[in-house]
Amino acid sequence: MPTDSRFNRLPVSEKGLVSICIEGQTITALEGESVAAAVLQAGVRPSRTTPVTDSGRAPFCMMGVCFDCLMEIDGKPNTQACMTEVRDGMVVNIQRGARQVLGDDL
Amino acid sequence: MAAGIRTSRNGSDVAVVGGGLVGLAVALGIQEKGQQVTIYDEGDIAFRASRGNFGLVWVQGKGDSYPAYANLSRLSARLWGDMAASLEESTGIDLQLSQKGGLFVCLSESELSQRANMLDQMAANHSEGYPFEVLDHQQLKEMVPEIGPEVAGATWGPEDGHVNPLYLMRALLKRFTSLGGKLINSAAINSVQPINGQFHLHSADGRYVSDKVVLAAGLGNKKLASMVGIEAPIFPNRGQVLIAERVKHFLDYPTGHVRQTAEGTIQCGDSKEDVGFDSGTTTDVIADIARRAVTMFPLLKDVRLIRSWGALRIMTPDGHPIYQQSEEFPGAFLVTCHSGVTLAAAHAGPIADWIAEGNPDPVLNLEKFHANRFQV
Repeated sequence: MPTDSRFNRLPVSEKGLVSICIEGQTITALEGESVAAAVLQAGVRPSRTTPVTDSGRAPFCMMGVCFDCLMEIDGKPNTQACMTEVRDGMVVNIQRGARQVLGDDL
Repeated sequence: MAAGIRTSRNGSDVAVVGGGLVGLAVALGIQEKGQQVTIYDEGDIAFRASRGNFGLVWVQGKGDSYPAYANLSRLSARLWGDMAASLEESTGIDLQLSQKGGLFVCLSESELSQRANMLDQMAANHSEGYPFEVLDHQQLKEMVPEIGPEVAGATWGPEDGHVNPLYLMRALLKRFTSLGGKLINSAAINSVQPINGQFHLHSADGRYVSDKVVLAAGLGNKKLASMVGIEAPIFPNRGQVLIAERVKHFLDYPTGHVRQTAEGTIQCGDSKEDVGFDSGTTTDVIADIARRAVTMFPLLKDVRLIRSWGALRIMTPDGHPIYQQSEEFPGAFLVTCHSGVTLAAAHAGPIADWIAEGNPDPVLNLEKFHANRFQV
């Protein structure tokens, strides 16, 4: 899944590292960054597919407005990856189409 | 826009004031008759119930004590399929019309029995029949397995349905302009003057002349109607609407409170408030709507809300439309209602025919929609 990313981290000072699992693959992220930033840096494309046409999307506005970065984060569907901070051990999956509301959520 | 204003100075056969769903539907129907129609619309500052409504094509319970309104709603629902097909064919816009029936969900037994009584009464008033069913909890659950345990039941109307009202608006406008109809934006009409059998419309930008004028300006009709000798007791009634995230399809039928759009969006709303010209939202009403929606469909409890809005219904004292030609100034027509979606097919069909050609189809019972019913 992860491909060569065109996003590179700027040198930053003294940030700790955390491990998160995206689509079964463990990647290293910086403490304090958003899931969307980690996903872009790791080259995960797409990060979701749309409910109507099933076309691919990736994080876009990075500020909680466009809802294009929706992912399943720690089992919670349709979560805005740009508004969610990474945490060690976090499990992140691609949001595929519309979320399911039947069964498991009840 | 400037060019549009200049060309319209020549005037048109029919001026329609208001470019919402009501104005567009009537304008399209008249334009289809070959008469030159110009719509004057105040622009995006309008309250625009056409954009804020719930998108139901709804029959059950409408006109419960007024058979003419019940008949009109049913007539329009019957005409809807052909209108949608024709709009889709000519514009390529899929209106997402679905008329497989609709549910009015009742939370308590007393609400359910009251509603059943009301529909029984309607059936008694309609010799040709008035189709509906009363479903108890178990029957409803068989139809909609996701229904909540606290729900008493529902009434089922086989003639009900829903549609995407924004696509409807776009398709009506596209079809109207493709037939040569004109839309003048940012032309809030402040006054209508009957002069020598014609009508002079005034906006901040100019004056427009037409042989006929159709007032379809929603809440603005009250003021304009008085200028052509029609007293129109119209007032706003606010509804608030909640939009939740798109989820996998689970709801096959629209309900009076909750529906799922073709794209999967959940839309909730059933509030009625008398708050004047305030189209805002309030936390208490939103919480009420959300609570009711979750009681009806518990699986919605962790579905996230995306946005909400308020919109103003265009109400009359009895809730029924007014269709009226001015006796004092023939050629001036008032068309106003709070169900511009349901009635769109009637407006584009028999109502437009009446305005264009004069003789109303007797099936409309047009005299029942005269505003003189409010003068007691």
